Amino acid sequence: MTLLRHLIAALVAGAVIWALSVQLNAFRDFQMAEIAVYVVAIAGLSLLIGLSGQISLGQGAFMAIGAYTAALLMLHLNWPLWAVFPASAAVTALAGAVVGLAAARLSGPYLAGATLMLAVALPSLASQFPGVFGGDQGLSVTVIAPAALGATFPPTRWLAWVCALAALITLVILANLGRSRVGRNWRAIRDDPIAAALSGLNVGALRVLAFIVSAACAGLAGAMLAITTSLVSPGSFTLSLSIALLAGAVLGGLGTLTGALWGALVIVLVPTYVTDVATSHGLSGGVAANIPIAAYGVVLIIVMLVFPYGIQGGLRRLAGQFLPTSPTRPGSPGQRAPAGEHAEDLDSPYRRPPVSEHQEEGTS
Amino acid sequence: MNKSHRLRLPVIAAAVTASLVAAGCGSSSSSGSGGSGGGAAASAPGITSTQILIGSHQPLTGPAAPGYSEIAPAANAYFQYVNAHGGVYGRKIKYTYLDDGYDPSKTVSVVHQLVLQDNVFSIFNGLGTPTHLAVVKYLNSTKVPDLFIASGCDCWNNPAAYPYSFGWQLDYVREGKILGAYIKQHFAGKKIGYFYQNDEFGQDGVKGLDFEIPQSQVVSRQTYVPTNVNIGPAVAALKAAGAQVVVSFAIPAFNALFKLASLKLSFNPTLVASNVGTDPITLGGLLEAFAKKGGAKVNGNQLTQSIITDGYLPTLGDGSNSWIALFKKVHDTYDAKAPFDGNVLYGEAVGYTFVQAMLKAGKNPTRAGVVKAIEGGLPQGASVAPYDYSATDHGGMMGAFIGVIKNGAIIQQGPVWTTDTTPTGPVTQFSGSQPAAPASGMP
Repeated sequence: MTLLRHLIAALVAGAVIWALSVQLNAFRDFQMAEIAVYVVAIAGLSLLIGLSGQISLGQGAFMAIGAYTAALLMLHLNWPLWAVFPASAAVTALAGAVVGLAAARLSGPYLAGATLMLAVALPSLASQFPGVFGGDQGLSVTVIAPAALGATFPPTRWLAWVCALAALITLVILANLGRSRVGRNWRAIRDDPIAAALSGLNVGALRVLAFIVSAACAGLAGAMLAITTSLVSPGSFTLSLSIALLAGAVLGGLGTLTGALWGALVIVLVPTYVTDVATSHGLSGGVAANIPIAAYGVVLIIVMLVFPYGIQGGLRRLAGQFLPTSPTRPGSPGQRAPAGEHAEDLDSPYRRPPVSEHQEEGTS
Repeated sequence: MNKSHRLRLPVIAAAVTASLVAAGCGSSSSSGSGGSGGGAAASAPGITSTQILIGSHQPLTGPAAPGYSEIAPAANAYFQYVNAHGGVYGRKIKYTYLDDGYDPSKTVSVVHQLVLQDNVFSIFNGLGTPTHLAVVKYLNSTKVPDLFIASGCDCWNNPAAYPYSFGWQLDYVREGKILGAYIKQHFAGKKIGYFYQNDEFGQDGVKGLDFEIPQSQVVSRQTYVPTNVNIGPAVAALKAAGAQVVVSFAIPAFNALFKLASLKLSFNPTLVASNVGTDPITLGGLLEAFAKKGGAKVNGNQLTQSIITDGYLPTLGDGSNSWIALFKKVHDTYDAKAPFDGNVLYGEAVGYTFVQAMLKAGKNPTRAGVVKAIEGGLPQGASVAPYDYSATDHGGMMGAFIGVIKNGAIIQQGPVWTTDTTPTGPVTQFSGSQPAAPASGMP
């Protein structure tokens, strides 16, 4: 049932994306591809933080692993895209397993510190081994739309399709995973690891598994980014990427897949819009250049003040006010709803119940 | 299954739809502006009867912003001057430069925006080697002129692969050869060390140096990457090797770090540095800022004193030069907030070259037409040496003079030297002289 529902939702979303990609101009198609990249990366991170309760600043580094894997496979072995994507995800998942094994013993700020190190150190490997990774120049990859689509077919639309499809498949898999036994176990170890361990759950293994799934998402996102930007270079995977992804996850609403979409939209669209507005109002170069950064900060602050549970949490609260009859909605934040009810209440599977906010403050 | 379950599907679908429609709304408003110009005068994308729209990617924020963020506003200042003096065949130049923060993936994004959404006629003066490498293939496959790239990488000069790309400034191989020839002549028998950025920029420069400097003289080769500011070990290695002359192919920030690190080790070699990293005003400012961070106070002008470098534009201090007078006038009118330094001079000079090219491309310019116009050769203009533009050469300037920094200004030493990028091509004295700037200020 759940699977069917998610598949239908994905099909509807796919149809909408297809219709939009045909309607919109080539640059918007490109932005759709970018949004898809961020949705996948943020969804993985959101799952890790919102469901399993581990924080990671290394998502950008995992994206780098996926991107370099994709570039190397395409350059040296000429693998087709449908094989490159899963392979990049798999290689990155492996890296995630290694990091996850080390990280499973850490929590809170210590885990953030360990993954921060990864984000700082890993991209510079590319500069250390320029023969393999192309140094600071990076590796360039080209993806050509199939000839069957015609010579005039906009290449960016093909990118949008490929990335949106990959993103939808990922979201369906994550949605089902979140509602499966694994997802419930993750919530259990997030809310109370000791109680979960007493109930017979292997807390360490579950944490590592969450890391692996999150890394696989990042790897896939990295491969998607590689074909979108047609270049893989260390300059694209700086610490600020990891922080932007984390901000996107928090902004959208931790632990929700729809929240990942909101986060990606903010990251991709806000800077473009604000730059357009700033330049069209004739602001001087130095001011206009810094306005997108300031606007991003303002959005971050406002969302956190108005919607402490992210955009998705805020929307759900608004919807709750207009639909007060919803039977399973928990009451005020702070009132603890039984675990079984969480799963029933979610309109997407990773809803982080408001109550866990207090939980995490306690544990971290 | 309760009520909220049945609501779930539409909610997700609606969220996706709403967000993507939001993405779409912007496009419908902006795509109208670029496409339909004014009738017959719209000879190419970005050209209307009244306007030439060009775009660029520039590091307005981020690590490369200090200094380099002044270039695009300065070019724009020159365009405003041109617009106020009749424009290019009556068309006004509109220059949209977007911030890429020196991040190649952002470069890809903003260049797509400029080409696909804003419909620019050409990309102009895109700044940075790693950043521009991310878009050079895209621009050439979509046949968008990629004019006067703000990077001295030899890689742009490849008309077979990149027919639409043109370099402008002296490339690093030629620069290395000119500096190398000077070192060979003036520091014969001295021990020489290299300090360079470990990418195309530094490697190209070292390639040029090695064409000229005898290998027996080079005692140490040290590199840095721009993301790692810990250059202490590299400086210590140069000192240990006993280098008496250090040749640096580094960006301003790393020349400043080098200078401060060698002060700490009381290592005081003669510093010969690429033009890229030696604008005295930028470098002096960085030295003072870095020293302040470390709790020390230094005098920037004192530390930059007697650095040997090269220059391909007239020196700022040369008030008698007609180009400096012209660019100072334009700067004071349209860009007065910025300091009149090497970056501003660079921006205005490259803007001048663009106007030269557009005038040559004729009254109804096309994208292919402007490429052809540049391949037919451009007059020397603001550069001290001629350009090499032809159907087989898209490099740019062919030479430079040697200069020494004195009291915060580069002072030209001797004649202008020209050379090519081959291992054996000689470094020869340029026999011509720089023409004076036109009185009107228009090419």
